[in-house]
Amino acid sequence: MITAPISVPEREHYLNASYGLKSWLLTKDHKRIALLYLATITFFFFLGGLFAVMIRLELLTPEGDMVQSETYNKLFTMHGVNMVFFFLLPAIPAVLGNFLVPLMIGARDLAFPKLNLASWYIFTIGGLFTLYALLSGGVDTGWTFYTPYSTTYSNSFVIATAVGIFIAGFSSILTGLNFIVTIHRMRAPGLTWFRLPLFIWSHYAASLIMVLGTPVIAVTILLLAAERAFHIGIFDPALGGDPVLFQHLFWFYSHPAVYIMILPAMAVISELVAASARKRVYGYEFVAYASVAIAVFGFLVWGHHMFVSGQSVYAGLVFSVLSYLVAVPSAVKVFNWTATLHKGSIALETPMLYTFGFIGLFTIGGMTGLFLAALGLDVHVHDTYFVVAHFHYVMVGGTIMAYLGGLHYWWPKMTGRMYPEILAKLAALTVFIGFNLTFFPQFILGYLGMPRRYHAYPEEFQVLNVMSTAGASVLAVGYLLPMCYFIWSLRYGKVAADNPWGAVGLEWQTLSPPPVENFDEIPTVTHEAYDYVSLPNGSVTPKKEAHVR
Amino acid sequence: MRPSLPLFPEQASSFASEVDALYFFLVALTAFFSVLIGGLVVFFAIKYRRRKNSPPAVIEAEGIALELTWSIIPLIISLFIFVWGASLYFKGSRPPDDAAEVYAVGKQWMWKIQHMEGRREINELHVPVGRAVKLKMTSEDVIHSFFVPAFRTKADVLPGRYTTVWFKPEKAGAYHLFCAEYCGTKHSGMIGYVYAMEPNDYQNWLVGGTAEGTLAQRGEKLFQDLACTNCHKAEGTGRGPALAGIFGTRIQLEGGAKVLVDEEYIRESALNPTAKVALGYQPVMPTFQGLMTEEGLLSLIEYIKSIGPRKPSDAKSQK
Repeated sequence: MITAPISVPEREHYLNASYGLKSWLLTKDHKRIALLYLATITFFFFLGGLFAVMIRLELLTPEGDMVQSETYNKLFTMHGVNMVFFFLLPAIPAVLGNFLVPLMIGARDLAFPKLNLASWYIFTIGGLFTLYALLSGGVDTGWTFYTPYSTTYSNSFVIATAVGIFIAGFSSILTGLNFIVTIHRMRAPGLTWFRLPLFIWSHYAASLIMVLGTPVIAVTILLLAAERAFHIGIFDPALGGDPVLFQHLFWFYSHPAVYIMILPAMAVISELVAASARKRVYGYEFVAYASVAIAVFGFLVWGHHMFVSGQSVYAGLVFSVLSYLVAVPSAVKVFNWTATLHKGSIALETPMLYTFGFIGLFTIGGMTGLFLAALGLDVHVHDTYFVVAHFHYVMVGGTIMAYLGGLHYWWPKMTGRMYPEILAKLAALTVFIGFNLTFFPQFILGYLGMPRRYHAYPEEFQVLNVMSTAGASVLAVGYLLPMCYFIWSLRYGKVAADNPWGAVGLEWQTLSPPPVENFDEIPTVTHEAYDYVSLPNGSVTPKKEAHVR
Repeated sequence: MRPSLPLFPEQASSFASEVDALYFFLVALTAFFSVLIGGLVVFFAIKYRRRKNSPPAVIEAEGIALELTWSIIPLIISLFIFVWGASLYFKGSRPPDDAAEVYAVGKQWMWKIQHMEGRREINELHVPVGRAVKLKMTSEDVIHSFFVPAFRTKADVLPGRYTTVWFKPEKAGAYHLFCAEYCGTKHSGMIGYVYAMEPNDYQNWLVGGTAEGTLAQRGEKLFQDLACTNCHKAEGTGRGPALAGIFGTRIQLEGGAKVLVDEEYIRESALNPTAKVALGYQPVMPTFQGLMTEEGLLSLIEYIKSIGPRKPSDAKSQK
């Protein structure tokens, strides 16, 4: 071992262990792959965001005057496709999950490092297909690809886009598989299931959905492509098919997919609540089981997207009651997080602000889900802006708030640098205000009856649309700020300590940034997660020698 | 144009106030829980914020009682909402027997309406106040959705099958009709108005423009133009079964099964005649696919209904 002179504070870690493009593109290090994902999905996030900005600008006036109908339809389709398949689904699992799952369980990497790299390549190739479809002229079916419009009537690049999603799906399956095997086989000595951080529980539940659900969307896309390309009658009644069958298949995956987005977000929030309050998450076992319950019940509620589709009244009843059952574990989580704060020692830093934002917005998003699951009421609000507002509260208010909170919380671990705290707090506040201003008016618009995917609308809806667009511009600033100061912090940020938050998770016991193999020595776990009583300073192994900086 | 900020849609049907009651209950419930959770989070964050010398976090004993409480209370509230929502849905799925029937066909990008008495309209629908109206709908191309916010009603309109929606207008006026299921380029242009009229005005409107005869008469003409009578002879001696009085009955099929003669069956028999052949007949009927529009088919159905005793069981056609 080379003894570095004290004056040079450079030590080897995963970021400087090797240099050059090749060292990144051929890396098998889960931490580097996480950063590859971070770069890729950030690109798709801002691309999807750009489409959102154009949608909101078009909707400033009742007339369809900024872009033509074809263009508008492509904008909301590409916004949805980009955001759902290339940002929201991979955001937390592929970036934070990839980085943290091995660190949190005391492993040196995921179980299949090469597969992990392959997942990123597959994801990127899927993304490139979608970009190709976009650059060739785009797709106008809505991200839901309802038949027979998508198979027979649309004159846009349906198959290219669908193939992109099909390919990216394999990345999701392989990541889920990798997580499941890793969590089963590679936990550090002493790390029993009920000592696992809740982050791991939730990622495990989400991985189950990725592995079990994604093949269904892959099959659905193949059937769609077969009908569109070869006129094999599956969904189009003119060819002897059934258009509602497509909806069943599509939502059988796409509803659980919502839980692929929200379970990892809940994973992050559990960590942030515990670390900020310096307390064990209240009702740990209940929160852990709630994750699994959500994953299981999530597969049984797809028909609640189809209450007015012409499916039978009795099917509607079953799907409605099951939807209410899946609401209970989500409510349990929110109550437990809130109870965790009670008599905590709460640090009001940026990650916690995002956590508050998450709890507030997810509560509203979840409660408005009760409106939509109520059969008779859904008949009125189905396919209106009420639905648009609801799922943005859950996905954007939920998933993106958690993602940003998590990114701030683990940024020092990932990069070895601190983000600027005051600016970050300001950004969190901007996001919260901008988000509510954008999406709250849409609940009212929806109840008034404004249908979604409308290029032009009656003028009595204008004031609320103007409010929404104004909010979107605030929200855009809120999203651009972190990107700027995160990049800035890579060079100019304060050097981060190994454990800047005084948290107890294993990821904080190694260096910031971690060495290539994560731990000099695999830790032995003797305490349950979040044991701030036995380990008041957040140090699992207090006597361990400090490393040379 | 002065800017207006409506917060609530007009109530113009018998459903409206019932749906709104559930809506207001849920708004109040959401407000209660959001304020409760939000308030607690902010209160705890301030009260227990970490300061220099502030005491360490206190770990309370966890009891299963609290967990059960906040699992069971949401469960009970949820099931209560479920029952409430389901009862409204049930009502919406059962049109009253005396409902006036109107046919609607959706196509990219317009609504085509046919009244029984003969009037036809596009992107407009005239209905009487105070009487239940039942729409039997289908699509010529992609999926559309019939949505009248002021009536709090909506139903998808599918190609290849009939769906039903019903409502009872309670206030005269003009109300937005939207297509709510994305249907392509001019989706947002597939809009119109529903005019709810006082019964007398409606009667006057209805008789003003029946030069083409009633819908059943148009169907009869089509029946003859397509030479259906060559085989479907009234005496029952033709190569196809006689059709008078057949609607609403259950007939025996080749192979032993039975089928209810409803709108779906007549539609299928015209477009795919060999799928379900009546007992005692040969599968010799040619398909009329491409020879009839969806509207023509509806008029034909209406004609077949009209030549027999009408049965109340025709409400059966919605699955």
